[in-house]
Amino acid sequence: MQSNLIISAIVALVALAAGAVILPDWAMFLFAMALAKGLVCLGIVGMMRGGVVSFGQGLYYCLGAYTATLVANNFGISDIFLLTFLSALVCLLVGIAFGPLLSNYRGIFFAMLSLALSMVLYGSLSKMSFIGGTDGLNIAAPTFLGWAPEGRPLQAALYIYVVTISVIAGTLMRIYFDSERGLLTLATRDNELRVEYLGASVRNIMTYNYVFGAVLGGIGGTIAALALGHVDPEFAFWTTSGEFVFVAILAGYLSVPAVFVSAIILELVRSFSNLYFPNTWQLALGIFLLAVIIALPNGLGSLVRRWKGNKA
Amino acid sequence: MDLAATILVDGLIYAGWLFIVSVGLTLVFGVLNILNIAHGSLYAIGAYASASLVGAYFASGGDAFPYGSYAALILAAVLVALVLGPLLERGLLRFFYGRDEVLNVLVTYAVFLILEDVMKLIWGVNPYFVYEPYTLLGDVEIGPLFYVGYDFAVIAAAIIVGLVVWLTLNHTQIGKVVLAVIHDSEMSQTMGVNVQRVYLGAFMAGAFLAALGGALTAPMISVTPGLGVNVIIVAFAVVIIGGLGSIPGAAIGALMVGISRAASVHLLPEAELFIIYFVMAIVLLFRPEGLFAKTQARKI
Repeated sequence: MQSNLIISAIVALVALAAGAVILPDWAMFLFAMALAKGLVCLGIVGMMRGGVVSFGQGLYYCLGAYTATLVANNFGISDIFLLTFLSALVCLLVGIAFGPLLSNYRGIFFAMLSLALSMVLYGSLSKMSFIGGTDGLNIAAPTFLGWAPEGRPLQAALYIYVVTISVIAGTLMRIYFDSERGLLTLATRDNELRVEYLGASVRNIMTYNYVFGAVLGGIGGTIAALALGHVDPEFAFWTTSGEFVFVAILAGYLSVPAVFVSAIILELVRSFSNLYFPNTWQLALGIFLLAVIIALPNGLGSLVRRWKGNKA
Repeated sequence: MDLAATILVDGLIYAGWLFIVSVGLTLVFGVLNILNIAHGSLYAIGAYASASLVGAYFASGGDAFPYGSYAALILAAVLVALVLGPLLERGLLRFFYGRDEVLNVLVTYAVFLILEDVMKLIWGVNPYFVYEPYTLLGDVEIGPLFYVGYDFAVIAAAIIVGLVVWLTLNHTQIGKVVLAVIHDSEMSQTMGVNVQRVYLGAFMAGAFLAALGGALTAPMISVTPGLGVNVIIVAFAVVIIGGLGSIPGAAIGALMVGISRAASVHLLPEAELFIIYFVMAIVLLFRPEGLFAKTQARKI
């Protein structure tokens, strides 16, 4: 099982990294953004396995992006590894602060409380004119352990970075999902009270899932900020979080690769509808969402499950 | 003292408008168990429809009797409910009853996205102004402060809406049937209640209230695209604070949100954009299911 996982991770890494050579510039940027957002969505999927969905994951996406930007602009740090680490650390601490609180909430209340937290960040950032207000801030291109590429090599390096992080995060989350706590999360989804009677702490499980989601959100936000070169409070707006939730629902909680595939699909649908129906791309996106929800209520991951089931 | 009075009056005006929108949202959630993001679109469509109707009214010689424009406002909301209510409920939402709450939120999010662009296709992207109904009622003087009479009409409308909804639910036969369906839709069906019709009726009533909120707001603002995005999330905060499905809760929630927002505008403008969510977070801290929610037994 473990060796299978490692082999698939290596295959995925090589296959995706090959994109750095094959893909045209626009597609590489699109994939990099999609994978960065996929990381955030992976965190939501981790919570979804326990039956709760955060409608405020934009909080960590935005927090990570702003942490990286402020550190880069004020302390002159441009190393991508260090920036990612610092953002993840900040999100870890904030996640640890809010996690125990949110772990008491379920269903729509969990969704709304997480949404409220992200909207508080959105509102605060919009009014803070000394860090750009609603205009946001620019962030310079990152360096990679002292190497400062430009143009296509920069894009390729950023792409390979996000691919590597995504594969590592996906593998670690898979291991976590199959661990004792990960399986108890699934049990919580079915029946919380039974899990408690079995002697496990549901609050503890939920807190862990939330904190992992926070860290993944921060990493995703950092990479998105570096890819875009710009951050603004919209990162924490509810429509941004809504998209993350959509990707998570599209993927379903059964499969990790499905999360990244869904993120890429959404990004492709958005770009192409933007290109071909510039005035009605929201309409196209909405119809696409409805079609997916109707056709695949358990997400893309359920296709894999179905396929495996047929084989057996 | 003046400041306190200003905050109170401003807060009440904001709360009145917000209550009309929120009570529709809470009604739809109470009966259909769907938290409807598209409620924001219905609000915006109500605003556009009333701008068009009132514009048409004055264009076709309404100046002779300007008060008729108020009828046009309400008619706009009725039209929105009659057209979009059945279309959304029968055409889409009924296939999702009993499904996961969050999935349903996403379904209505998709509808919200679709309607955003449909509005742009119908009404374009330029702003609409219908100021006539706003100025008709003159000014009101409270101590040293002047207010536009229309603002108070909105508060009155909110009180009427609240009373009508509450009385209908608690003191009429229709209301009893609706409460029975909320309590146990399967049992109601076996007792001969046409549950489908109750769902449709409740959704249309919710759509009407959303559109009415929009229609009444249209004269106070310029009607532009993107109107629904902020409204829906504030209305969410109101119904969550009050407790989902509770009408007194929506009233208290609207008052808390309205007054705290007015207070922050006057005392701490930096907090204006997030004070609502801050209040919501505080309420949820102490009452995890909102102020007026019924506690439910946990199932083993």
